[in-house]
Amino acid sequence: MTNTIEELEKDATVIFLIGTNTTENHPVIGYKIKKNVRENGAKLIVADPRRIELAEMADVFLQFRPGTDVALLNGIMNVIINEGLQDKDFIEKRTEAYEDMKQVVEKYTPEIVSAITAVPAEDIVKAARMYAAAEAGSLCYAMGITQHTTGTDNVKSCCNLALLTGNLGRPGTGVNPLRGQNNVQGACDMGALPVTYPAYQAVAVEANREKFEKAWGVKLPTAKGLMLTEAINAAYHGDVKALYCLGENPMISDPDSHHVEAALKKLDILIVQDIFLTETAQMADVVFPGVSWAEKEGTFTNTERRVQRVRKAVNSRGDARQDWQILSDMTTRLGYPNSYASPEEIFAEIRSLTPSYAGITYDRIEQTGLHWPCPTEEHPGTPILHTEKFSRGLGLFHAVEFKEAFELPDEEYPLILSTGRQLYHYHTRSMTRRAIALDTHRPENQVQVNQKTAAKLGILNGEKVRLTTRRGSIELKAQVTDILNEKLVFTFFHYGEAAANVLTQGEALDPIAGIPEYKVCAVRMEKII
Amino acid sequence: MAEEQRVLLKYADQIDPKIAEDYIKVGGYKGLEKARSMDRKALIEEVKKSGLRGRGGAGFNAGMKWSFVPILDEDRYVVCNFDEGEPGTYKDRIICEKNAQALLEGMAICGAAIASNHGYIYCRGEYPFVVETLKEGIQSAKASGALGDFNIEVRMGAGAYVCGEETALIESIEGHRGEPRFKPPFPGVAGLWAHPTVVNNVETFACLPYILTNGAEWFAGIGAAKYPGTKVLTLTGDVVNATYFEVPTDYNLRDVIYKLGGGVKGGKKLKAVQVGGTSGAFIPEQNLDTPIDFDSMSAIGASLGSGAVFVMDETRDIVDIVTRISKFFEHESCGKCNPCREGTWRCREIMEKINAGKAGQKDIDNLMILSRVMKNAALCGLGQAAPIPIDSTLQHFAYEYSCKLN
Amino acid sequence: MLKLTINDKEIEVPRGTMLLDACQQAGADIPTFCYDPDLKLAGSCRMCVVEVQGRRNLQASCVTPCENNMIVDTESANVVEARKIILELLLARHKLNCMVCEKVGACKLQEYCYRYDVKESRFAGEAAHFTREDPNPFIERDYDKCIMCTRCVRACEGITGAQAINVKDRGHHAKISTIFDGKLADSSCVFCGQCIMVCPVGALTSKVSMGKGRPFEYEKVLTTCTYCGTGCMLELNVKDDTVVGVTSNRDAQLSPVNKGALCVKGRFGWDFIHYKDRLTTPLIRENGQLREASWDEALDYAANRLNAVKAQHGPDSIALFSSARVTNEENYLAQKMARVAIGTNNVDHCARL
Repeated sequence: MTNTIEELEKDATVIFLIGTNTTENHPVIGYKIKKNVRENGAKLIVADPRRIELAEMADVFLQFRPGTDVALLNGIMNVIINEGLQDKDFIEKRTEAYEDMKQVVEKYTPEIVSAITAVPAEDIVKAARMYAAAEAGSLCYAMGITQHTTGTDNVKSCCNLALLTGNLGRPGTGVNPLRGQNNVQGACDMGALPVTYPAYQAVAVEANREKFEKAWGVKLPTAKGLMLTEAINAAYHGDVKALYCLGENPMISDPDSHHVEAALKKLDILIVQDIFLTETAQMADVVFPGVSWAEKEGTFTNTERRVQRVRKAVNSRGDARQDWQILSDMTTRLGYPNSYASPEEIFAEIRSLTPSYAGITYDRIEQTGLHWPCPTEEHPGTPILHTEKFSRGLGLFHAVEFKEAFELPDEEYPLILSTGRQLYHYHTRSMTRRAIALDTHRPENQVQVNQKTAAKLGILNGEKVRLTTRRGSIELKAQVTDILNEKLVFTFFHYGEAAANVLTQGEALDPIAGIPEYKVCAVRMEKII
Repeated sequence: MAEEQRVLLKYADQIDPKIAEDYIKVGGYKGLEKARSMDRKALIEEVKKSGLRGRGGAGFNAGMKWSFVPILDEDRYVVCNFDEGEPGTYKDRIICEKNAQALLEGMAICGAAIASNHGYIYCRGEYPFVVETLKEGIQSAKASGALGDFNIEVRMGAGAYVCGEETALIESIEGHRGEPRFKPPFPGVAGLWAHPTVVNNVETFACLPYILTNGAEWFAGIGAAKYPGTKVLTLTGDVVNATYFEVPTDYNLRDVIYKLGGGVKGGKKLKAVQVGGTSGAFIPEQNLDTPIDFDSMSAIGASLGSGAVFVMDETRDIVDIVTRISKFFEHESCGKCNPCREGTWRCREIMEKINAGKAGQKDIDNLMILSRVMKNAALCGLGQAAPIPIDSTLQHFAYEYSCKLN
Repeated sequence: MLKLTINDKEIEVPRGTMLLDACQQAGADIPTFCYDPDLKLAGSCRMCVVEVQGRRNLQASCVTPCENNMIVDTESANVVEARKIILELLLARHKLNCMVCEKVGACKLQEYCYRYDVKESRFAGEAAHFTREDPNPFIERDYDKCIMCTRCVRACEGITGAQAINVKDRGHHAKISTIFDGKLADSSCVFCGQCIMVCPVGALTSKVSMGKGRPFEYEKVLTTCTYCGTGCMLELNVKDDTVVGVTSNRDAQLSPVNKGALCVKGRFGWDFIHYKDRLTTPLIRENGQLREASWDEALDYAANRLNAVKAQHGPDSIALFSSARVTNEENYLAQKMARVAIGTNNVDHCARL
């Protein structure tokens, strides 16, 4: 997030949510949005293919066809530009390439966009005016924006909209991706990415490589690494022979599970470090028992870039070992002797190599976490990014054309399938299926289907159905509802027993981010008799 | 024979309350005309000068109440409390049925004073037929142009006694559960939808046209000096003429009961009279010469309240009556504050025990301490006043209690 | 500034200060049930009443604004009498199973009865009782212990915005209820448990923690939630080296993101920690089966196999998936291991999924 969570409760006067079912995926952020709307009269725009909970209290609800995000956002920008509602001063002083973007956006009139997205033109106009008029407009998105073959384009379009209206760098504004996992921000910050070292220092930049070579005392690889989805494909094709999997469960979380399974089977060795024998661990050659978050010290970085402490509450059981120790031991055995006394010592090394974390110490975050960038120990942290200038200087507009999703419905697979999370479970359910209350409350997967579609297929609420795509099929219960339209079905990806990712496609990914298109694939649904 | 002095009810049954023109023919809407010609502050001064005090029970100076309303950008509201839920009270219904236009005019006059053009009448749920009269009356007044841009909406209660409490009434209009709010803030500052709101009783509003038409001095000269004007009383119980009367406020209880009321039914002796509704004190015979005005009543530990006069003859069982009253309060407590929610329940429980002859002195002691705490600590008037019948009868009719103790 | 005399002590407070705050500033400990600084005021429990000279009734200090020259007594005979009677009234209907109550030791009713020496209620008699059944797996609702402070109602609306519960019926029969008194699961409840957080007595408790430990038995360890990226702080309740529950801290310093608010996963989704099939020993696959192994054996085995792959196919034939679940420190070590020990940039994690 460029801005903080608290601003969504206090400062934002217009909140534009696109591709985030906030109340289910980030419930506490959802509370804050609701409070702002209810108590301060903040305006709410919700764009989502499903009539999610927050849509019910939205001033404008844009129920658009999955995968048409760029068109929708371009349409909104078209209205803003045509009506002269853009922040000319901001565009002038803080941005570049405005004309390029404008040229593309010109074509996306509300009428044309309405035909693409199935959103009434007047609602596009209404949303555009509302967001453009905002004293402080906050744009939030989540995986609804990113999990597309056009995910990067979608994000760029969100940025375009914020730049166009000057909704950046002030309290209550910002482009705010709501990150789905406790430490996804931190994992990225720490350079658990194929192209960057900690703090997004690009591997490809020689100076960076030299810096880390010096610090770590070894020659570092120069070749760009493989992204997670690419690595699975490489394993399938025999180019990756060994996989070390720390706290991940690709058998459930990665697209096209059959393909993942085949890929993992081809590996020479699969090492899994986890706290449970997950679906992936069951296929492993070696399993290292790590510890849960309740048994370890360390830090997580949340979606608003706030680095906070994780504290050990209980001792681990049996022979389970601290994850950092396992990694340190393995690193030594792989020929790079190292030893640390504690996570805090590791953090000290992180600080020395990660400028944005340099000023953060365990002492400083003993009570209240700090927002990076925090370059020195005197620095108060940075709740709001880009107040004076952007990381690259001027904010860059991108001219983004709308592209259809990779796999569209056809006669054989006539419906669109989107997948996502629900309130009561988390990711591959390795934890929440063992949290008895949560699992008792939501013990099995369901597919949400519009009542008309259900009626056409002779399906009643709660009946078993089969979903089939070109990759495979699963059986699960139908939840007949009117929150989505007749052409869309939605299911949850948590359940190994009816794993949504058996259905999803991993063939076409976002070309830049390598993200799979979980929000759109073509599916067939039938009643099981 | 003592005389009534009819002001509000002067043309009762001679004009149709639903027809504005009828009212206009007898001088109606002249007061509003005058009010609108006046400076807002002068208008409030005039009402203050008349000495008009609230006829709903609290007896607060009306003009004073209005003067607290801040005139800022936000909307303001005029709310008429017509949730006439006190058992034995029906004077507001009579006023509406006989002279509804005076109420409407009075609300519009208040509107002129606080620069508001939104009025609400909150009508008791048991009065659906009066709602019809009011709605037609409003329509007629709007059509005649008499109300100008002042709009009045009628809202119906759903049978909760506590909604007669002004803040509970406001909650109810807002669509919430009828529970009183704590004060401050008073409605004058933050009332309906948190906007400044004047809440007055039907009778209070209905006095205004006459004050404006005849002048503040005229009104101030009627009845008791500190609570001037007339008061509509409703007589119930063991009284010959169980009906309503409009009298000047310096009238005393004895005259009300014996002269207008024709005395106790069947020639019996009077045991007690309860004034002001269920939460009123029980007044023994020796206090009957007290004038009915607010302050005189307060001086003997009673209250004029709504103006209900409930007469009990010598055969009545005071403890039994108070037990029934305690049941009423138990039923009507909204349950918001502890002293009232649990206190009214325990009061009823102990009263029943006494009434059944199963109680001892310890129970009386418990009742007294409970009653004191409720008066001291309950959130709203309901809980604070609920023990008054118990207290006043323990004081004046202790013998009846002691007869029932074992 | 306003000048007040509270219990003979003169203090100054800014205009707009509530009497409760002023009393606390003057060192008076005022008992409260319904008051909660994070919630809309109710002014309904009347425990915080104080005596203000010149006022006819006792004043509920939580909703009474300070006025200049107020003279206040916070423990006058009238005040103490009112508090005692209120406690006795509550006690008269309260289910007194303190010996097995989850809230024992942290119950405000218990605390104040002790403070005002209320041993029993002179008002003991009949009382309304409410059925306890609510089949949801998260929240135990025992309204025979409810004192009707409505903090749960106000937290449900004011913090979570769920508006799942409100007061139903009147007077002594008033109770906290969902719409039409149905099950929580059929209401707009999202099982965040904010109601448990604010409940001053044992009426609302966690079913997941039930019987595992009472507040005075466990230690609280403040940590960051392990679920979504919001970064809520929560307290792991630890008894005998075992997590027995989750509570939250409402101090904005300690819990800056959520200020005590949690979601259903944060508050009720902790028992996986000690779930019976947790991995407790390294495993190695042998003849198609995973068998237990020592750390040295497992680490050596894994390292040898990786080194062999590296020797045969080069470092880029190895990939490492780090994790968005583990700490920064562990992510740092993971990517470092890939880069320095294996010699590849093939390191990624589930950010994309």
